[in-house]
Amino acid sequence: MAKSSEDQKGRAKAGAAKADAVKAEIVKARAAKAEDVEAKAAPTGTDRLVHLRIRRQDAGDRPETKRWEEFKVPYLPRMNVISALQQIQRDPRTASGKEVAPVVWEAVCLEEVCGSCTMVINGRARQACSALVDRLAPKGEVITIEPMSKFPLVRDLLVDRVRMFEDMKRVRAWIDIDGTHELGPGPRESPESQEERYPLSRCMTCGCCLEACPQYGESAPFVGPFAINLVRLYNAHPSGAMHKNERLETVMGEGGITDCGKSQNCIEVCPKEIPLVDSIASVSRDTTKRLLLGWLLK
Amino acid sequence: MAAKSTTRSEGGKVRRVIVVGGGLAGLMTAIKLCEAKVPVDLISLVPVKRSHSVCAQGGINASVNTKGEGDSPQVHLEETAYGGDFLANQPPVKGMAEAAPGIVNMLDRMGVPFNRTPEGLLDFRRFGGTLYHRTAFAGATTGQQLLYALDEQVRRFEVADVTDEHGVSIPGEKMVRKFEFWDFISAILDDSGTCVGCIAQDLKSMQIKAFTGDAVVLATGGCGIVFGRSTLSVICTGTAAAAVYQQGAVYANGEFIQVHPTAIPGADKLRLISESARGEGGRVWVPKDKSDARDPKEIPERERDYLLERMYPGYGNLVPRDIAARAIFKTCFHEDRGVFSPQTGKNEHEVYLDLTHKDEKFLRAKLAGILEIYEKFAGTDPYKNPMRVFPAVHYSMGGLWVDYEADARGSLKMGSPRNHATSIPGLYAVGEVDYQYHGANRLGANSLLSCIYGGMVCGPAAASYQRSMRKSALDLPRSIFEKAERRAEEDYHRILKQNQDRADAENAYRLHAELGEAMLRDCTIERHNDALDKLLGTIAELEDRAGRIKCTDTAARVNQGAQFVRHLENMLVLARVIAQGARNRDESRGAHFKPDFPVRNDAAWARTTLARHEAKGSVKFVREFDYACAGQPVHVTDAVDTSLVAPRERRYEQAGAASAQATGKLEQKST
Repeated sequence: MAKSSEDQKGRAKAGAAKADAVKAEIVKARAAKAEDVEAKAAPTGTDRLVHLRIRRQDAGDRPETKRWEEFKVPYLPRMNVISALQQIQRDPRTASGKEVAPVVWEAVCLEEVCGSCTMVINGRARQACSALVDRLAPKGEVITIEPMSKFPLVRDLLVDRVRMFEDMKRVRAWIDIDGTHELGPGPRESPESQEERYPLSRCMTCGCCLEACPQYGESAPFVGPFAINLVRLYNAHPSGAMHKNERLETVMGEGGITDCGKSQNCIEVCPKEIPLVDSIASVSRDTTKRLLLGWLLK
Repeated sequence: MAAKSTTRSEGGKVRRVIVVGGGLAGLMTAIKLCEAKVPVDLISLVPVKRSHSVCAQGGINASVNTKGEGDSPQVHLEETAYGGDFLANQPPVKGMAEAAPGIVNMLDRMGVPFNRTPEGLLDFRRFGGTLYHRTAFAGATTGQQLLYALDEQVRRFEVADVTDEHGVSIPGEKMVRKFEFWDFISAILDDSGTCVGCIAQDLKSMQIKAFTGDAVVLATGGCGIVFGRSTLSVICTGTAAAAVYQQGAVYANGEFIQVHPTAIPGADKLRLISESARGEGGRVWVPKDKSDARDPKEIPERERDYLLERMYPGYGNLVPRDIAARAIFKTCFHEDRGVFSPQTGKNEHEVYLDLTHKDEKFLRAKLAGILEIYEKFAGTDPYKNPMRVFPAVHYSMGGLWVDYEADARGSLKMGSPRNHATSIPGLYAVGEVDYQYHGANRLGANSLLSCIYGGMVCGPAAASYQRSMRKSALDLPRSIFEKAERRAEEDYHRILKQNQDRADAENAYRLHAELGEAMLRDCTIERHNDALDKLLGTIAELEDRAGRIKCTDTAARVNQGAQFVRHLENMLVLARVIAQGARNRDESRGAHFKPDFPVRNDAAWARTTLARHEAKGSVKFVREFDYACAGQPVHVTDAVDTSLVAPRERRYEQAGAASAQATGKLEQKST
């Protein structure tokens, strides 16, 4: 025991000394680690409750059912918003004890790679799976959960993002291969180019950038940052570049690149830290060139 | 005699094949069907771009031999058969290993951002069960990147017109019609037991609809959610496989469930930390002193037990998953030497997975995706601190039994309608839902390969089957479809209405948690017959209680509660197939390990487990059966075709043991 407490002291000291020097990021990680340890030490949840305030609505065409409901669910170690919602499924009662239908939401992978479980948590669009309760409400604060507002509501926290997939058709988000039969290796690519393309390719169509974009909305034609990023991604590929102009033209008309209001909100909320602002700038340059060339050729 | 037109039915409608599931296997099947000019209805529980394939991290195997190590499809075949403890039929494995380099090239042409060598070629890394650099990768989110590539190609077919025999576009008909947020309920069988379509439910309107298809391909993924929490996505309940199993499809090797050695414990999910972490040099260790409470970085080398390197010097941290998971389990459970936690005062069921000796820039280029997951979910910086991990249920080697036809070379005969055919004529299965390629234990980075290769084989097979049909499913009496639709509607209303007034009603989600706990405890890394007997009793009890489930949601639209009840009922059926299969198999092979029967028993058990649904609550295991494919009777036995690589004992403590036949020696490669 003596050994371990000494070590703890030593660690705390080293931690304090380093904290000034290292980046804010690492401080955050350390704090999270302390929380994690606390969470583990805590009993498995019979006494601690997680307080949720959830925006509900039975269907998109039934605005009269729009309401807030509050839930208090048993805490679990390493809990995220998903497991809090799962607790409601196991005992669907509001904080005041009223029996209700469990909350409806969309989820698949639970490791922030599929993009399904995007919702607005404490005012910010993000994935519910990576929204950890210990960070959102370390002292038992209320966690507010709402559906995204830029897409048609289906029920409760579920919205319809089909438009995003449709817009991927619009911008020709693919490589025009000749077929899947054997045609030998693809074009060679420098590691540098791969390192530029890979981060762009991690877009999981989650919708965060659209929720945050002032120009995007159900009645606005703007395709949004994610689609413009895809134009850059496919135009950066050696074979994709063969159809560069066709792709550029898809974002040169209505709802295209010029609709961007340059608020730069998108890059703030992208969970994959995709350089969306760079992508918009890069596609913007290319469309301008294309436009000028078009005039010259007229 | 085949039908007059393969494009249109006699009534003039466009003939289609149905693909259920939009992960890698389903998308590849759909692409191959489209290239064969067969229009597709693609039904998926979720938008296909969100399928579980996104979770695959480490990479895809192909013996391209970029590193000049002498790798070849022959070695890949042998190591896959050996790693699978000789339970896989070898012709399909040979076909897969031979096709792999071409598949990776195809993905490269589709624009997958694979990591590159300085020369601009595809880079390859090491994975479990091999000493060769055979795994192509796109960071540590390879599955996501491959899925996106196929998703994009399918999107091209969504905008492509169906053309008739003369190449004339048929107005309003696209090559792929997607039905996303639709839940597969059952196959539709005609009077002769042939599959002619399927019933699915729109999860928004809750409309139940009969889809007519000349063939149906199930690409519905694994069943890890039967175990409660696993590394799988919440959608991987195995419901579709369980449904067609109850309609007569044979289920094979259900007891072979892969437990991945390294995952992060969590309240809702056990998140995978890819084998690529070890492929890139990660080391698994625990302190030698079990009460060592120091920060791991302060524990010197000589006071660490690198357990896998010690136990298996030949393959070290890259032994196959069944072996690594057992070693970690033994260390934590039997020896109580998991990482000591000063907070709880006990040894946790966790070991260190350590990458801190590697350069941060190197790690960011190759593993950022998984290290980011660790950082986000465990809250610690894995670049600076060893990760803390424990095994978790990960993959089902077993699945729907599917056929294959071998060619003269012992490989797979492309285009045979028997490939990937289930025992129900007209019903195909591909991807994790089938049982075909991995035997008793899957090697890492072979699953992305088997999904895509399976799709490349299954597409042409379903197209051949369609060409052999005398008439299209569209020309059958509508009453077949209406009857099936009615039955499904009645069952759905039963779920909505049953037990609503009952005082002792059960909650489906809580029952699921109980099922998961029981399965995890008794049917994963170590299996004991007495515990399995008890587990079967628990499953029976849960089935009984499932009859008292009250659906907590009675809404007419977007009713996720009712959908879950249906899935849970099906999970209970699969749980029994898995547990009973494990109870019966008194030997240890690959992922199936019984301490009371610790060795592989080829004399008694070198055979495929074939399970047939008998009645609710009972499984019939058969040694042989007959089915018809494209009108031809086929006799099937449980014998395993090991004609290409002779079975031998696995010895991963010895370097090169897994490839000794192909290389003609036991080589002494350094790792």
